[in-house]
Amino acid sequence: MSATATAPDRLRAGGKPPRRAEGGALSRPRGTIATVIMAVLALVWLFPLIWAVLNSFRSYAYTQQNGYLSFGGWTLDNYRTVWQDSGLGKYFLNSLIITVPAVILTLFLSSLVAFVLARFSYRFNLTLLAVFLAANLMPPQALLIPVYRMFRSIPLPLFMSESGTVLGSYWGLIAINVAFQMGFCTFVLSNYMKTLPHEIYEQAQLDGASVWRQYWQLTMPLVRPALAALGTLEVTWIYNEFFWATVLLGGQGDKFPITSALNNLRGQFFVDYNLLSAGSVLVALPVLVVFFVLQKQFVAGLTLGSTKG
Amino acid sequence: MAAPSAKTKPPLGTAAKSRNRRLPPRDRAVVIAMVAVPTLFVVVLVWVPAILSMVLSFGAWNGIGDLDQITWIGTKNYEDIVQIYPPFWPAIQHNLIWLLFLFLGPTLLGMLLAVILDRNMRGGRFYQTAFYMPVVLSLALVGFIWQLFYSRDQGLINQVFNSEVDWYGDSSVNLWAVLVATAWRHTGYVMLIYLAGLKGVDSSLREAAAMDGASERQTFFRVVFPVMRPINMIVLVIVVIESLRAFDLVWVVNRGTNGLELIGALVAQNVVGEASRYGFGSALAVIMMLISTVFIAIYLRIVFKEERR
Repeated sequence: MSATATAPDRLRAGGKPPRRAEGGALSRPRGTIATVIMAVLALVWLFPLIWAVLNSFRSYAYTQQNGYLSFGGWTLDNYRTVWQDSGLGKYFLNSLIITVPAVILTLFLSSLVAFVLARFSYRFNLTLLAVFLAANLMPPQALLIPVYRMFRSIPLPLFMSESGTVLGSYWGLIAINVAFQMGFCTFVLSNYMKTLPHEIYEQAQLDGASVWRQYWQLTMPLVRPALAALGTLEVTWIYNEFFWATVLLGGQGDKFPITSALNNLRGQFFVDYNLLSAGSVLVALPVLVVFFVLQKQFVAGLTLGSTKG
Repeated sequence: MAAPSAKTKPPLGTAAKSRNRRLPPRDRAVVIAMVAVPTLFVVVLVWVPAILSMVLSFGAWNGIGDLDQITWIGTKNYEDIVQIYPPFWPAIQHNLIWLLFLFLGPTLLGMLLAVILDRNMRGGRFYQTAFYMPVVLSLALVGFIWQLFYSRDQGLINQVFNSEVDWYGDSSVNLWAVLVATAWRHTGYVMLIYLAGLKGVDSSLREAAAMDGASERQTFFRVVFPVMRPINMIVLVIVVIESLRAFDLVWVVNRGTNGLELIGALVAQNVVGEASRYGFGSALAVIMMLISTVFIAIYLRIVFKEERR
C-alpha cells in the first residue's frame, strides 16, 4: 500500500532519490531510549492501582506494626468486612438502577435527534446541534441552584420517591444525566449516520416506508457499532458521575450510587486504609472489567467523538 | 451539510429531487416528535436553569418559600463576591493554577506519549493500556486511591521519606497533591484524543516526507503537526472546561476549603451547606458560565467548520 501511495508523490516532488527512509517505525537508538522511558512511565502509571490492590489484601494489624513498606500479612478479611458491614451491595444496586436506564435513554433520545439531523437538511439543523453540544460542555455547577430548587418543588407520589419530590429520587438524577450526556451522543451518532449512503432512504421512500420505519428498521441496525461504542463510554461516565448524585440525593444517603457512597462511608466506616483500598478496588472493578472486555469499543467511542466519523 | 443539493444525485424521478421533499402529515408529526422530546429534555434541564441562574443572581433568596420571597438587589451579589467574599480570589487563583498545570503537565505529556505511541512500537498496546486505565476511574475514586500515598500517618510518601506532611490537609501543599492525582488521570485522556487524531494523518504523507529527505523533526513539525491543529484546539477547550468545572477531587478531600477552594465547589457550598444563599451562589455560577461560554463558542466554531468541509 505504501509503495503505491508514495510513487506519485515522489514524481510530484521532482523524483528525488530516497535518502533516508524512516517510515512508521523509530530508528534503532531512539527506539531503545523511547522503549525504556515508556516502560518506566507505564510502571509509574500502573503503580497507584497496584498499590491499592496490594494493600487491600493485607491485614491492618500487620501494616500497623510493620509499616506499609513491609511485605506480608496477607488476608481476605478486608473484602469480607467491606462487603458485609458497609452494605456496598446496596450501593452497587443503586448504581445499576441509575446507570442502566440513563444510558438506554441517552442513546435512544440522541439517536432520534441524530437521525433527523442526518436524514433531513432543515435550516435549523446547525442550531439544534449547537443546543445539544453546548449543553454537554456546560459546567454542571452553573445550573445547580435552579435544578435543585426545581426538583425540590416538583412533587412525586411516594411510591415513586420516598422524599415526595423529584429531589432525592432516582428520576431526577437519571433525567439530568440524560440531559447532560445527550449532546456528545447526538454529535457522534449524527456524524456516523451521515456516512450512510443517502440512496438507502430514497429506496425505502419508494417502497413506502414511513420515517419511523426508516429510523428503526433501516438506520438503527446500521449504526449498531457506534451505539456499542457510545454505550460503553456512557456506562463508565454515568457510573462515575459524582457531582449530581452527591447534591441531588444528598438528603437520602442510602440512595447514593456507589461512587458517591464511598465518600460518605469514608470516615464513618473506612477507618483504616486497608479497608479503604479494598473498597476502592471493589468500586473500580466494574469499570475496569468493562474497560478490559470492551477496550476496543471504548477507544472507538472516543475516536468517533474527537474526529469526524 | 450546508449545501445538500450541490451533490447531483442519480435521477430517481421527482421523488429524489431533494432531501426535503414535503413529508406526509403522519411522517411530519413523527419528525417533530423525534426532535421535540429530546430537545425538551435539554432545554428544560440545561438551558432554562442556565437562564434562571442569571435571573437569580440579581436577588437574595434562601430558597425557602415561594418566588415572592426573593428580594431583588441588583448587582450586589457580584459586588460582594469580588469585594468581601474571602474564598473567591483564592478560588480564581486555584482554577488558574489548575488550568496552567493541566496544560503544561499532563496535556503536553499526553501529546508526547501519543506521538511516540503512534509509531509502531513494540509493546505499544501495553503502554497505551497502562496510561489509559486511570481514565475509566471516577475522579472521586482517584482521590481515594491517592490518599494511600498522601495520608499523614499511613501514606506511602511519608513512610518512604520519613516525613510527616499531611499532603491533603496542609493548605500549602494540598493543591499540588490534588493536581498530581488529576494529572494521573488526565494524561491518558489527552493521549487518546491525540492518538485518534494522529491516525487521521495519512501515512503516505509521512513516507513521502521521509523520501524527500525530511528529518524526523521536520516531518513532525511540517507534516504531522499541521494535521493536528484542529485537535490542538479541541484539547485546549477541553482542558479549559475541565479545569473550570473541577469539583470531585477537592470535594472528596475537604469539600473545597482550606487551600482547595475552586469556583465549582464554592457554588455547591452555597446551596448544600448550612447557609443556602441562592442568589449569591447563582452569581458565582454565572461567573463560571460566562467564562465557559467563551470556550464553548470556540469549540462549536471548530466543530462546525470541520462539519462543513
